[in-house]
Amino acid sequence: MLQIKNLHAKVEDKDILRGINLTVNAGEVHAIMGPNGSGKSTLSAVIAGNENYEVTEGAVYLEGEDLADLAPEERAHKGVFLSFQYPVEIPGVSVTNFMKTAINETRKANGLAEMPANEMLKVIREKSELLEIDRKFLSRSLNEGFSGGEKKRNEIFQMAMLEPKLAILDETDSGLDIDALRIVANGVNKLKSENNAIVVITHYQRLLDYIVPDFVHVLYNGKIVKSGGKELAYELEEKGYDWIKAEN
Amino acid sequence: MELKEKLISSFMAFEERVDVTADLHDIRTSAIKNFENKGFPTKKEEAWKYTSLNAVLKNDFSVFPKSDNAIEFADVKKYFLHEIDTYKVVFIDGVFSSFLSATTHDGVDVCLMSSALTKPKYKMVIDEYFNKVASKDESLTSLNTAFALEGAYINIPKSKVVEKPIEIINFSTGTEAALLVQPRNLIIVGENAHVQIIERHQSLNENPVLTNSVTEIFAKKRAIVDYYKIQNDNLEASLVDNTYIAQKEQSHVSVHTFSFGGNITRNNLNFYHQGERIDSTLKGITIIEGKQHVDHHTLVQHATPNCESHQNYKGIFDERSTGVFNGKIYVEREAQKTDAFQQNNNILLSDKATINAKPQLEIFADDVKCSHGCTIGQLDDKAMFYMQSRGIPKKEAKALLMYAFSNEVIESIKIPELKQRITKIIAMKLGVNMGFDL
Repeated sequence: MLQIKNLHAKVEDKDILRGINLTVNAGEVHAIMGPNGSGKSTLSAVIAGNENYEVTEGAVYLEGEDLADLAPEERAHKGVFLSFQYPVEIPGVSVTNFMKTAINETRKANGLAEMPANEMLKVIREKSELLEIDRKFLSRSLNEGFSGGEKKRNEIFQMAMLEPKLAILDETDSGLDIDALRIVANGVNKLKSENNAIVVITHYQRLLDYIVPDFVHVLYNGKIVKSGGKELAYELEEKGYDWIKAEN
Repeated sequence: MELKEKLISSFMAFEERVDVTADLHDIRTSAIKNFENKGFPTKKEEAWKYTSLNAVLKNDFSVFPKSDNAIEFADVKKYFLHEIDTYKVVFIDGVFSSFLSATTHDGVDVCLMSSALTKPKYKMVIDEYFNKVASKDESLTSLNTAFALEGAYINIPKSKVVEKPIEIINFSTGTEAALLVQPRNLIIVGENAHVQIIERHQSLNENPVLTNSVTEIFAKKRAIVDYYKIQNDNLEASLVDNTYIAQKEQSHVSVHTFSFGGNITRNNLNFYHQGERIDSTLKGITIIEGKQHVDHHTLVQHATPNCESHQNYKGIFDERSTGVFNGKIYVEREAQKTDAFQQNNNILLSDKATINAKPQLEIFADDVKCSHGCTIGQLDDKAMFYMQSRGIPKKEAKALLMYAFSNEVIESIKIPELKQRITKIIAMKLGVNMGFDL
């Protein structure tokens, strides 16, 4: 599904990623953990195609295709989804109509006709129930005045609507209370299938109690310095990141 | 000959065509004198610091157009709100077109200024209202007054709700190499009456046109007036729109100005309060590019207590376009409990685009609520990336952000078909095929 080969990236002349190698197969859940400033969010931004980051070496492949020349929207059309750590407020555009536009633009790019309005409503109803989202919420301006938890739930609602092949969840657990965490994790688990892959980026092990990873990787100084099974997350929780820092 | 001299000598020719024994003659004569003294405004005047008419005034404008220019309805249908039934007062090169118009005298007067100015039965109304709120000092208004002859005359009697919107459309055909037109509208809305008016100036070819328009609106007690100005003209058409509004107690008047195209567009929008509990609304959307220039000068003269005014202007400027917003709120000593609000938000899409924004509050009463907010920003990069990462292409994402930015103004359009039309024009301007079903 996702292959990252020797990826180097910089922002404003500062090298952040220094040679990342990672392979994620369909049906797998990978967790990427690491201390602040290790390059976790940069990695997710680079995969999603944020133009503020410059790839200086290496490449990212989705189902064998090099993503280098693709704009963020083209990556989205091919099935890449990024759940933002800080979702952006868009005043004046309602959640529903934002989703309608996103879905129909994606369908258009993939040679499909627009989704009929009644079907759209049905899908919106289904997916909003999955994330326990109030109907009233859907007519509000996107993310405007949403609480931290509402923003994150809304991100996973969008993921449910768009049904991506590769979902990257960037610090989705930050700002969530335990109930919201459960709802979000439950949503993600229901969306998980043999045909898609999920990369969970997190600082803490907490979320991984709910979304259980098949592999855990530790990112430090722009490199993956350690990989293992889910038990690695517990080890990190117990020993802290100083242990990794000391080894590197 | 310079345009100013040409106009002054044309006035003599004009006098030969009109009744110089009428009271109106004195008004016209003092107006041309004021114009002769002041001349065209220049950038040396504070009110015209950022808008220069010099290049436009170099054209050799015809002052008296030919009267036999006809156009086919099919060719101009798109400029009308043809989805619904409307009254229409249509002028071609400044001359009334009975063929394109749908006027009425049935319960309301929707007809011609030239009739109102000359027929004895209108004399009392003309004496009472004509040139009573328009400035006698401002030179371009004076120029219009001097040559005032044709335009729309609308008189709505007490308690009459006019069911159909009224469209005032001025076409120019370009049969003249360059044309100066000076429409003069008079609109009187009686006690408790309600009317919706749409005004548009449209040039049909590339020959230069300068429109110097004056509209006087009188809203009597509890009258409701919704006025919409559509400015989406071609690049050789310049417009100076002078609108003067006198409001009596409890009247509600709103003016929406949509400035989407033209060479130089200057809007002078003036509200004068003459009673308590008046509500005035001034809203506008400007979306321009190229070297276009749009200047909004607003004035709300709060002279009486317990009145409200709401201003909300949005501007989006691309390429080398320039914008001006000068919003003046004047609160007289007597106007206690005034609630005056002014908002002006701008987005510059290019490094070469400019906006000069100047809120101007002069407050002489001590118990008032006045606020103003002005922002100038750029397109939000983070919002763009967020939308793109959801599969919305750059152009569409940009359009959606622009539309959302303008939406506060669009949503207050009370005629649904007009709202659709404005939405469509915005989509066209932004180069996207979207319904903006927000």
